[in-house]
Amino acid sequence: MTTETMEAPAVAAPTATPPHPLREFWGYFSANHGAVAGLVIIVTVVLVALLADVIAPHDPNITNTALALKPPFWQDGGSIAYPLGTDPIGRDILSRMIHGARLSLLIGIAVVTISIALGTVLGLVAGFFRGMTEIFIMRLMDIILTLPSLLLAIVIVAVLGPGLMNAMLAVALVILPHYVRLARAAVITETSKDYVTAARVSGAGTVRLMFKEVLPNCTAPLIVQASLGISTAILDAAALGFLGLGAQPPSPEWGTMLADAREFVLRAWWVVTFPGLAILITVLAFNLLGDGLRDALDPKLKR
Amino acid sequence: MLRFILTRVSLIIPTFLGITLLAFFLIRLVPGDPIETLAGERGIDPARHEQLLKEYGLDKPIFVQYGIYLSRVLQGDLGKSMITQEPVLNEFKALFPATVELAFCAILFALIIGLPAGIIAALRRNSIFDHGVMGISLTGYSMPIFWWGLILILVFSVQFDLTPVSGRIDVLYYIEPTTGFLLIDTLLSEEEGAFRSAVEHLILPTIVLGTVPLAVIARMTRSAMLEVLGEDYIRTAKAKGLSRFRIVALHALRNALIPVITVIGLQIGVLFTGAILTETIFSWPGVGKWLIDAIFRRDYPVLQGGALLLGVVVMSVNLLVDLAYGLINPRIRHTR
Repeated sequence: MTTETMEAPAVAAPTATPPHPLREFWGYFSANHGAVAGLVIIVTVVLVALLADVIAPHDPNITNTALALKPPFWQDGGSIAYPLGTDPIGRDILSRMIHGARLSLLIGIAVVTISIALGTVLGLVAGFFRGMTEIFIMRLMDIILTLPSLLLAIVIVAVLGPGLMNAMLAVALVILPHYVRLARAAVITETSKDYVTAARVSGAGTVRLMFKEVLPNCTAPLIVQASLGISTAILDAAALGFLGLGAQPPSPEWGTMLADAREFVLRAWWVVTFPGLAILITVLAFNLLGDGLRDALDPKLKR
Repeated sequence: MLRFILTRVSLIIPTFLGITLLAFFLIRLVPGDPIETLAGERGIDPARHEQLLKEYGLDKPIFVQYGIYLSRVLQGDLGKSMITQEPVLNEFKALFPATVELAFCAILFALIIGLPAGIIAALRRNSIFDHGVMGISLTGYSMPIFWWGLILILVFSVQFDLTPVSGRIDVLYYIEPTTGFLLIDTLLSEEEGAFRSAVEHLILPTIVLGTVPLAVIARMTRSAMLEVLGEDYIRTAKAKGLSRFRIVALHALRNALIPVITVIGLQIGVLFTGAILTETIFSWPGVGKWLIDAIFRRDYPVLQGGALLLGVVVMSVNLLVDLAYGLINPRIRHTR
């Protein structure tokens, strides 16, 4: 009996060397066509954002009233020089969208970075120290979660004053609870495991346990949530821009572009169609990526 | 059961206090003197300033001020609008039915399409229909609804001239508000064409506001159904030779609906946020548009009181969902 069970793994081990984790991850990830499509779109948007100065055909802020509201090139009166037409004060819509990609990505990444950094620390602290600290932090997060996210963001921006910075701060605060909860839950499940006890016994301090031992083991859900968080951040920041509370004109932020063009919707369909399409596609790409990452990284869902 | 209800109800007290604290301190973040902020741009003479400072209790320590604020809130006094001088609570009551009507239609729209779509997608897993529903619902979930509204206006109002662009009802009609819900009021008024006009005005906002919940409900229904269909009791039901319809409708759906109901409840909170954007696009005279207008008019009492009231509404809806959840799912009731 005992010999059998002892031998079995010893025989099995050399024949089945596990694939490199990255390889395994890519195997799961690439099986999901939607996720790969999302990744391709995101890489494209990133390249567009990086090369905005080179590929944009015009300066995004140069106005020319003589060229106001020119339709896209395939319609009568359009020209290939302004492929997606011009806005009410004669700025090239394509160029503004290209520069807008830079802003939207920056917003998404900055917001999620702030939120993850703060959220992880709060979550780790809540998970490690328990007691009153935990109750205080988690209750606060519950309150933020109870309020509809955009409402809270709107109120914060209304109080701090409209602007891109304040909008980003507001959105970062609104998505904070997700990261706090994730980090705390991970800490609570991880701290009872042997490797943490071993580290503690060998004299590791709390800070070392928090950041060197536990944190690396709860990165997977954080990465998934980060991808989904970027899509929320872009969407909410664009909504704030649309309401006139986010990035201010003449900034080519996509939501702000929509707000600028709103009154011309009845005369010129292209001024509202393209910026919104850009928001939709980018947000969709990050959601697809997030779903794919979750399937590839979450061992519980692996089939 | 009573114990379950009492625990759940008592849990909202700290949340309510938290919301009032937020509302109280956020207004203090507004740069400048609170009295001058309240007085608006016209300014105020020093004697009146002193008097108001006392009246509002602003000369007292901050936690005493919070106590005063809290007791006022509990008595339903949320201050007066700086623009109209109307109590904030009255304005909210007058506008809230419009938002509820819109939100109700939106969630109905989302359910009527989302539930069957999710069920069929689960039953025909990996079919073209399934992939289609999942693709469309992820797109709906990613939709910037402020843009979606503009696009629907472009297509249905501008291109085909089918639906009106804004408002709740045609200006031709004047309907005395009895219930505040125009669909009911127009029927009661018996005015020719008024009901039709109200319905026409509701169509686009309903679609816009219902899109995100629709996507979430379809996805959730599908995954809940898939999970339930794999259970042993479904296999037992099949082995007993029950008809497919009976298995799906009676055995699977009833169990799959439990998580779906929670999601619907959570979506109601999201709906009120969506209402802010939807109402702005369609000039829908509800609380969402009222709040946004208040921001641009710097009407801080309306902003503070309105946000607090909306927060309380969402909190109460969440509580009701929680209680309903306990009612339909005995397992929840008995744990803890």
